[in-house]
Amino acid sequence: MRATTAERARALEKGTVLLICLVAWLVPGAGHLWLRRVQKGLTFLVVLPLMFGVGLALQGRIFPFEPSQPLVALAALADLGIGLPYFIAWLLGYGAGSVVAVTYEYGNTFLIVAGLLNVLVVIDAYDVALGRK
Amino acid sequence: MTSHFGLLILFALFVSTVFAVLQRDTPAEQARLGALLFGGFVVAALVLGWLLYPFPLGS
Repeated sequence: MRATTAERARALEKGTVLLICLVAWLVPGAGHLWLRRVQKGLTFLVVLPLMFGVGLALQGRIFPFEPSQPLVALAALADLGIGLPYFIAWLLGYGAGSVVAVTYEYGNTFLIVAGLLNVLVVIDAYDVALGRK
Repeated sequence: MTSHFGLLILFALFVSTVFAVLQRDTPAEQARLGALLFGGFVVAALVLGWLLYPFPLGS
């Protein structure tokens, strides 16, 4: 059965919204920039990677996915929330963490919260894309 | 910077900025909410710190 023009338009819209969410996750603030919320997008683009970078500088750890340790796996999921900076840090070998460093726990907190804040930013971009905000 | 208070200030600054920009649309409203959140974070941390002061750290 062929889709009507309206159905195709709706499907395209849905696809675009998903793409916006994906881009918003990968590059903090990019979803808002796409949706022409320039001031918000630029703020997220600066603040969130900076917070992640501070977490790395404080010798925080990018946690591995270890299903046998649920809290570590949850922390890993939160770290992943920041998107592209997570993969860049991983590729460059940052985020090994130093347990003996005074700032280790602070660094972890900055890394985890930066990821979780980006998840909130993605949800906000989703709402904006759907016209709820 | 490794002082607890300095890192607390930095953390509060980041989080209050993101929350304020998420929740408000105009720069003036964002600045107002951001300042309120930042002050709330810092004051709450100081109050909690003093409330916990009598308790020993443990051996």
